[in-house]
Amino acid sequence: MYKYNDFDTAFLAERNRQFRAQVERRIDGSLTEDEFKPLRLMNGLYLQLHAYMLRVAIPYGTLNSAQMDTLALLAEKWDKGYGHFTTRQNIQYNWPKLKDVPDMLDALGKVGMHAIQTSGNTIRNVTADHFAGAAADEVEDPRPIAELIRQWSTDHPEFQFMGRKFKIAVSGGEKDRAVLKAHDLAVRIVKNDAGETGYQILIGGGLGRTPMIGKVIHDFLPRADLLAYIEAVVSVWNQIGRRDNKYKARIKITLHEHGIEDIRARVDARFALIRPTFEGFDQALYEDIKAHFADPAFKAGPTDAFDAAYNSDPVFRAWADTNLAEHRVDGHAIATISIKKHGATPGDASADQMREMAEIAREFAYDELRISHEQNVILPHVHKNDLPAIHARLKAQGLATANIGLISDIIACPGMDYCALATARSIPVAETIATRFDDLKLEHDIGHLQIKISGCINACGHHHVGHIGILGLDRAGVENYQITLGGDATWSAAVGERAGPGFAYDEIVPAVERIVHAYLDIRQGPEETFLETYRRVGLAPFKAALYPEAQKKVA
Amino acid sequence: MARAFTPKVVTANDLLEGDVIYLAANDSWTRDHAEAELIEDEAHAQLRLLEAQQQALTIVGAYLADAKAGPNGPEPTHFREDFRRKGPSNYVHGKQEALANV
Ligand code: SF4
Repeated sequence: MYKYNDFDTAFLAERNRQFRAQVERRIDGSLTEDEFKPLRLMNGLYLQLHAYMLRVAIPYGTLNSAQMDTLALLAEKWDKGYGHFTTRQNIQYNWPKLKDVPDMLDALGKVGMHAIQTSGNTIRNVTADHFAGAAADEVEDPRPIAELIRQWSTDHPEFQFMGRKFKIAVSGGEKDRAVLKAHDLAVRIVKNDAGETGYQILIGGGLGRTPMIGKVIHDFLPRADLLAYIEAVVSVWNQIGRRDNKYKARIKITLHEHGIEDIRARVDARFALIRPTFEGFDQALYEDIKAHFADPAFKAGPTDAFDAAYNSDPVFRAWADTNLAEHRVDGHAIATISIKKHGATPGDASADQMREMAEIAREFAYDELRISHEQNVILPHVHKNDLPAIHARLKAQGLATANIGLISDIIACPGMDYCALATARSIPVAETIATRFDDLKLEHDIGHLQIKISGCINACGHHHVGHIGILGLDRAGVENYQITLGGDATWSAAVGERAGPGFAYDEIVPAVERIVHAYLDIRQGPEETFLETYRRVGLAPFKAALYPEAQKKVA
Repeated sequence: MARAFTPKVVTANDLLEGDVIYLAANDSWTRDHAEAELIEDEAHAQLRLLEAQQQALTIVGAYLADAKAGPNGPEPTHFREDFRRKGPSNYVHGKQEALANV
């Protein structure tokens, strides 16, 4: 894990001191709200429906137990005892008071965390594969590159006041677990035919009002060129991107309007100009950063305790089957802790739960934790023999739900329960769907099915790339939910197709149920996932199930 | 043709607490929607909004929200304002928390 050096610590302390003074000047009236707002946004502080909201970055989703303990402290001391993990690997506090925020930032600073650039028209918190450094299918750990990008982008003078925000993701796995194709810029670590490691660059992905799938702009960059190339991309967009309309200010629109060839030529020209100014400092920095991400001393030893529990305890077995993933080291596993207990708010963890996860990480998991964009927490390195004990501890805290990748593992944005931009609620829809399918005891039979819910077209809940996507809208003063089907958030990314007219709040869960029953009826067998079935049969049979009345009229 | 004016309340967030507040007829800010001044005249509404916006030391983001007269005072007409009046639906937090403790 990256540990702050003296420069980082001093930089953050100074930044926090400045913000404390800005808050004081706002309170004593020397700053107007118009003057203060861009400053607070630069430090992750929003004003939402019911209160301020502080968004804290968890860079590339990686944190240690001391950092998780501090997140718990913030929840308990300055909020209402919980925090909300978001789809951008951040955590949000929904109830801070303005006066307390500088203290919260100081507490975060003590463990090397901050809220810088979690908002505003800047390069946002860089995200990564949440299995980074652990996944069996990994070409290279993406975190050193992600950290390099974090340091480069933090307070980068050219990119502080852009036309719009800019989101970067990095992934080094064969499978894409970081939704690369929905980012303004994505770095995919690859190997070429000669076996050398390099970086494929995608740009122009994004959800929101005009969802677009990212396109490859460069197939294979050597490491020495990577940062200069990223800077060239952001620089070109920052210059030619539209500023007349906030929805058209993203790079996806620039790419769409200019075409990939034109953008590539501009980026190449810019790259040629700035590449000589990258004289190798970034490479030295990379080597330094990389040393921070050395492997822990992985335990050796038998996995007999795991095998015994797996064979004798059906509850443990169910959890192991859904929540564990393959680790690159023998005898180890990646364990995902579900923050999606049936009926609870997706991504919300209490201070007690955070502390217990920190304690488990300290005791059993080499002090490492990850946050996924799917709003769950991950223990990236666990020796299998420790899993039965970990499972028991998680169970005691209501954290042992066996539902990763299943229908109740729902992504949901805060929606109109908190967000000032929302057009409808998303949390209670997620809660009700999860409870309903738990009652039906169908979840494990249904298998892999991702539902993603957003409370407005900004699509923080990734609804476009959900197998079933739900978008909450305001239709003439009433909540209304639009369904899309067949979205895909992986390397085979696709934007879902709109199924038809929307559903009222009390109709949306039965509508989802009809879709799922249709799937169970038409799938070729339990091995055929929802998405595979959808790709085989298309929208029509699902539409028929969703709108039986319309069907009758046609008949 | 101009749209007919519908009654309004002036609402904002408190600068320090961040919570939802409403402008009362006596120029004070209240946390109870039912105690807000229900404004039935468009020109008066604009005036009251301007007066509210000048209180930069107390409030943030004042705007006019649709409301209607109810038996106990003004009530919101849109669900967004109804949530602002009560709090989120996933926890008993926000204004409903205070009500639950009464
Ligand atoms: S999708 Fe909309 S409602 Fe949901 S968090 Fe984003 S901006 Fe808010």
